[in-house]
Amino acid sequence: MSGHDHDHDHHHHAGHDHSELSETELRVRALETILTEKGYVEPAALDAIIQAYETKIGPHNGAQVVAKAWTDPAFKRALLEDATRAVSTLGHVSRVGDHLVAVENTPQRHNMVVCTLCSCYPWEMLGLPPVWYKAAPYRSRAVKDPRGVLADFGVKLPKETEIRVWDSTAETRFLVLPMRPEGTEGWSEQQLAGLVTRDSMIGTGFPKTPGAPS
Amino acid sequence: MNGVHDMGGMDGFGKVEPEPNEPMFHTEWEARVLAMVRAMGAAGAFNIDTSRFYREALPPHVYLGSSYYKKWLLGLEDLLVDKGFIAAEEVAAGHAVQPPKPLKHGKFELDDVERIMVRGKFGRAATAPAKFAPGDRVRAKNIHPVTHTRLPRYVRGHVGVVERCHGCHVFPDTAATEAGENPQWLYTVVFDGRELWGADADPTVKISIDAFEPYLEAA
Repeated sequence: MSGHDHDHDHHHHAGHDHSELSETELRVRALETILTEKGYVEPAALDAIIQAYETKIGPHNGAQVVAKAWTDPAFKRALLEDATRAVSTLGHVSRVGDHLVAVENTPQRHNMVVCTLCSCYPWEMLGLPPVWYKAAPYRSRAVKDPRGVLADFGVKLPKETEIRVWDSTAETRFLVLPMRPEGTEGWSEQQLAGLVTRDSMIGTGFPKTPGAPS
Repeated sequence: MNGVHDMGGMDGFGKVEPEPNEPMFHTEWEARVLAMVRAMGAAGAFNIDTSRFYREALPPHVYLGSSYYKKWLLGLEDLLVDKGFIAAEEVAAGHAVQPPKPLKHGKFELDDVERIMVRGKFGRAATAPAKFAPGDRVRAKNIHPVTHTRLPRYVRGHVGVVERCHGCHVFPDTAATEAGENPQWLYTVVFDGRELWGADADPTVKISIDAFEPYLEAA
């Protein structure tokens, strides 16, 4: 496992210059050529994987689960008891794997999810993780200074609120169930789902509030 | 291994900088890398723990200096070469020059895509009773395996409380080195922030990890 001493990637994901980009791009194309020529993968299957990620998974799935939990107390109980089982009963977002755990925010406790070791994240519920979730600043500080990290997101909690950080160190996956915004009495599941942001399900944000610009 | 990937509690990386309206992929090659990793894993070239281990084993300056999918690319190349699926000379040439090595699950084809969009199952039947139960005080062992482990450094030697038991799961420490699934009980263990970060730490913070039974001892 060596031979990477001449790697030129910059520290930040943005800001590669063209020569560096094309170097990596050529390397990726070469690998795909090899895998294809050796008969390991069908290129059309790779296209289909990408298309599936781009179209089928994303935070809209998690948002529907949260909205359902806000309107259906029995579903909420089932979700907190065994999220994989509860979500698998919902036809439209039933694409859920093992071992999903839903954790509920309350006025007393705020939950926040991190993977300090790599990038574990509930893909089926939230899509592919954003760059910041996989990057060193979040992974290093979330467990030691969660209030400071929340401040980076513009999130301020009362100082007495307990903060519970869930480090995803195994194949369990965590979905934060945020608190339902005030002023949404009588709203439909579909309306409520529109308020649920990705970050509110990671615990680094709140749902949108009624009437706020989206 | 005590690598730079084990970042919990490190200082100096700066602020978290969310990117507004971040695209799913920043370049087309990132998507191809993701797809190749998923496809080759599903075809049986490696398991998820082995692929993580290869990314962790990148030289520290490469790990820290590479974008996320660049790490995936480098780890994938190394892994496929080490396991004999591709040869270093093929990587250099950009073409296949040797016959293929059989894949456990065969070629990855279009019909295989749907099944990989759902996470694999890692729960396994128990082979022994659980040693711990919710409410038990446990200490994360002071261990330093040189291969893959999912026990982060920042909890080692510290005492927490078992909160949940998740059943038995594939043990990453042995799966990563292809030494078997070796299922182990898995627990959520909660630590007080001051136990981990000292008396001056924020008293309202609690941190949990999911810990396999071999990581824990009674406290």
